[in-house]
Formats: sequence, structure tokens, C-alpha cells
Amino acid sequence: MNTPANPPAALAAQPPTERAGTPARHAARPLPVDRWLNTLGAWTLGIIWLAPLLYAIWTAFHPAEFSTRFAPLAPLTLDNFRAAWEAAPFPRYFLNTSALVATILAGQLVLGTLAAYAFARFEFPGRDVVFALVLVQLMIMPDMMIVENYRSIHALGLVDTVSAMALPYIASAFGIFLLRQTFKTIPRELEEAARIEGCGTLGVLWRVYVPLAKPTYLAYALVSVSHHWNNFLWPLIVTNTVNTRPITVGLAVFAGTDQGIDWAVISAATLLASGPLLVAFLLFQRQFVQSFLRAGIR
Amino acid sequence: MSTHPLGNSGPRAALHGWLLLLPAAVLLAAFTHYPAVATFWHSLFSTPRPNRPAVFIGAEHYRDLLADPIFWTALNNNLIFAAGTILPSIALALVMALWVNERIAGRGLLRLAYFTPTVLPMIAVANIWLFFYTPDYGLFDQVRGLFGLPAHNWLGSTETALGAIIVVAVWKEAGFFMIFYLAALQQIPPELREAARLEGASRWQAFWKVTFPLLMPTTLFVLINAIINAFRLIDHIFVMTRGGPDNASSLLLYYIYEVGFRFWDQGYAAALTMVLLAILAVVALFKFFWLERKVHYQ
Repeated sequence: MNTPANPPAALAAQPPTERAGTPARHAARPLPVDRWLNTLGAWTLGIIWLAPLLYAIWTAFHPAEFSTRFAPLAPLTLDNFRAAWEAAPFPRYFLNTSALVATILAGQLVLGTLAAYAFARFEFPGRDVVFALVLVQLMIMPDMMIVENYRSIHALGLVDTVSAMALPYIASAFGIFLLRQTFKTIPRELEEAARIEGCGTLGVLWRVYVPLAKPTYLAYALVSVSHHWNNFLWPLIVTNTVNTRPITVGLAVFAGTDQGIDWAVISAATLLASGPLLVAFLLFQRQFVQSFLRAGIR
Repeated sequence: MSTHPLGNSGPRAALHGWLLLLPAAVLLAAFTHYPAVATFWHSLFSTPRPNRPAVFIGAEHYRDLLADPIFWTALNNNLIFAAGTILPSIALALVMALWVNERIAGRGLLRLAYFTPTVLPMIAVANIWLFFYTPDYGLFDQVRGLFGLPAHNWLGSTETALGAIIVVAVWKEAGFFMIFYLAALQQIPPELREAARLEGASRWQAFWKVTFPLLMPTTLFVLINAIINAFRLIDHIFVMTRGGPDNASSLLLYYIYEVGFRFWDQGYAAALTMVLLAILAVVALFKFFWLERKVHYQ
């Protein structure tokens, strides 16, 4: 009795489970309402996130009386940019920032490459201790050591120079770490082949490691440039003349002195200061995001 | 010989290794390790004045510090700032990443919107936020006006100044952290979530049971960054509040700047920096002894 009853029961039990599986699959697909709410939420947040920039663009391109009035047909003007450009030595500030960013990047790439190669492919006593000491900089950043670093820069007689702004950042733990990770993925056989062909230590580094790490270099360069273009506190402390001040400090000085509250001109100046990096970002959006991704994955 | 099976080892390699490291090591020691040690040393001396050289005063700066109400305010503010920025920016970053990882309308543009604050100089965007917070004319008060609410001096009142500063920091950071989540999400095989859904898990359950645990290493990495930034991000304070009103929005590093470079009391500023270093040391210990057990970097 039992034995024949079992197979039909098992068969009967199967269709309901199959049928139960079908609605579950339907439920897994996002409902239209759910999807709609997510899109709405994402865009609300997106607009809030863009609002400061959109507002700055609006104000900068319209006469001052439209700074707080959003009339769709308000006349466009470039006067605010002209006023800002004439009120502060922006070309000089741009030049200073460019010199600063280039100095830091060049130094970081050279020193970082050398150190990363040592950490990735050389075995010597003390290496791991030194590596741990390098990583300390990920915690104790130069940004926070302003008091003592100012003392050092002052003692070296470098106050108000591009070197003063650049020096604390040239040896970068982040860069060394990133390049070391990349170098470690390069097959040792390539290095050995180059050595057999007569390359010395620096020759191997230049001919094998550097070319193969190009994507990492690009990623690191974009992160470094955008970081130091925007840096403010340390340059503020070690510069005190127009001849060295980067754009961030120049902008703060400009906005802080007697502009009244001419938001239109301040917005124009703000856009000028962010402009080059912003344009670069919009043009090379994919590379930027990929670079930050690459730099962030450890 | 030189083609040792392990690659570059032996005395010659040790010499090369150290030579490669030397330039970076010198700069790191000079601008990261030396200042950390020198901060402690100098905190035990009075500030040198033109007519009076520095004298050893032992723990006097630390006694002053304990009795300094502004220090306690700044420290307290900084802890509130940390609490107010860390969790919201990480949570928002995660939500943003989940959104732009889905097939949502205008995904590319949204990703751009969220990420843009990362490439804008804080000092520049602070000017725009300053305007948003302006009583009566600012965006916030205009929106409040629509609901018949009275104007409020957001940055000028002790109750809201710190909150206003926190909002700007979250806005600036969330998109940056989003990138790391996005990278991590893209590495999770879609089959995993599909499998969870086939088993009848809702999207909500699939997220908490499958996606979120897989994102844990990213969350911890972002968390450490967010903690450090909470003690480092002060640029916007220079533009928006200068620590005021009545130090209500002063943070530890901002107070260090004021003491060291406005009042030129470098000895006392060194003692204050020691507090910052102590906080970073706690973060480092937390990272190495608690987090490193859970996350493994190669």
C-alpha cells in the first residue's frame, strides 16, 4: 500500500514547487514602482550633488542682480570673469600651481619608482622594517605635521618657495605602495632575461618595469595632480607672496579681501580656480574614474 | 652568482636596494618621522621669542592644554565632526555605488554628478556653500521661505555652524568613497546575487546576506580613510566660519593652525599636535590589531 502511494505523492509534490519557483523569479525582477523610486532617489541625490557647481555656473555667467533670482531669460555675461581676472593675478597663480603640481609629480614618480623597485624585487636586511616605516605616512600625513615641517622649512631657508610647498609630499607612501604592488605582478623571468642581455639594475627598471607599469603611472598621476592642485593648508602656511601662491591660496586671499559680497565675481573666480581640473575631468572622465579605482584597489 | 634563484639577493643586491631606497627614505624621514618625534621634543619647550630663546618647561604645555577650554571645544567638535561625517558619507557612498552599478536611467551622468566634488578644490566650493548658507538670500533660506519658515544664520549661530561644516564634508567625500564601492561591486560575480534571488531572497535580503559581507574589506578600507579625513579636512573652515562663532566649528587641526600660525605659539601648537598624533596612533592600533585580522592585502 505504502510503496505504490509514494511515487504519485512525490510526483504530486513536484509541480507546486516548480510553480512556487516561477512567482519567486517574478518577484526578483524589480517592480516598476521600485525601479521608479530608485531612479527618482538617485536623481534627487545627483541634483543635490551637482547643485553647488550648477549654481556657480549660473551666477558666474549672469549679472549680479540674478545671483539670487533664477529667471530663465536672464541675460548672459562674461563680465564677472573679466572682473575676477582683473582683480587678482590669476595667470601667476596658475603658473605657480602648475609648477607645484609638476614638481611634486616628477619627484614622486622618480623616487616612488626607485623605492618601489627596491621593495618589490630586492632582498636585503631591514627591508620589511623600512617598508613598515614607509606605510606610517599613510596615517601621519604631511598635512597634519604643519608645525614641525614649517620649522624645518624655515631652518632650510625655503619659506615662500615652490620647493617648500613640494618637499613634504615628494616621498609618497601611497605612490611607493601602489607601484610596489604593480611591480610585484611583473614576471621575474622578464627581469632575468634583461639581465642576461646585460642590463644593470637601473637598466632593468627602465626597460622592463617602467613600461609595463604605464597604466599605474597614469592612474597615480591623475590622483596626484588632482590632489595637489586642490591642496590648500600647507601652501597657505609656507607662501606669502603672489610669486609663489598657488591658485587655492590665491582664491582664498581674493575671496577673503574686500570683495564685498559680490557672489557673481566670487563664483567666476571659483570656476576659474576649479576650471582646468574640471575640464580635464570632463574630457577624460573615464580615465579619471578608472584611475581612482585602480589607485584605490589594494 | 648574479642570477641567484631568488633574484636580487646577496650583498651586492643589498647595496643596490638601499641605494634605490635612499632618496625616498631621506625625504620620508625628514618630513614624516622626524616631525613626529620633534613634535614631542618641542612640546616640552617654551616657544622661542626674538628676545628669549626656548627653555625646557617639561609638561607645562600639557597642563595648559588640560585647562584650555578652546582645546576641549575643538576636540569635542572634532569628535562630533567625525561621527557626523564618517557614517553618513560611507552609507551614501554605498547607496550611490549600488545605484550607478544598476542599469539606471542616465547612469553615466549620475556617476559624474556624484564624483565631481572629488575633483573640485574644497577651498573653491566652500565659497559656493558659503552662499548657500547665507541668511535670507542663500539657497537654504530661500527653500525654507517657500514653507514660510524664518531665515536662519546657519554659519553664524553656535548650534548650526558645526552641522553646516559637516554637510559640506559629507558632500565632498561620499562620491570619492563611492568609487571604491563601485570597484568592489563590479568584482562580485552577478551569479551570486542571482543565486540568492532564485532561492527566493528579496533584493533587500540578497544585499544584506550576499553583497554587504562581500563588500566588507572595502567598507573597512573606506572607514580608515574616513576616520583620517575627519581629522584632516579643514580647508572649508577657512572660508566658511574661521572656526567660529565662539569656536563652535573649530576642529583640532584648525586650532593647531591658529595657535601655531596666528598666535605663533609653536611650543603649545606642538603639544596640541601630540594629541592629534595620539588619536592617529589609536586609529593605527585599531587598524593593525583589529582590522588586519579580517582583511588581507597581498
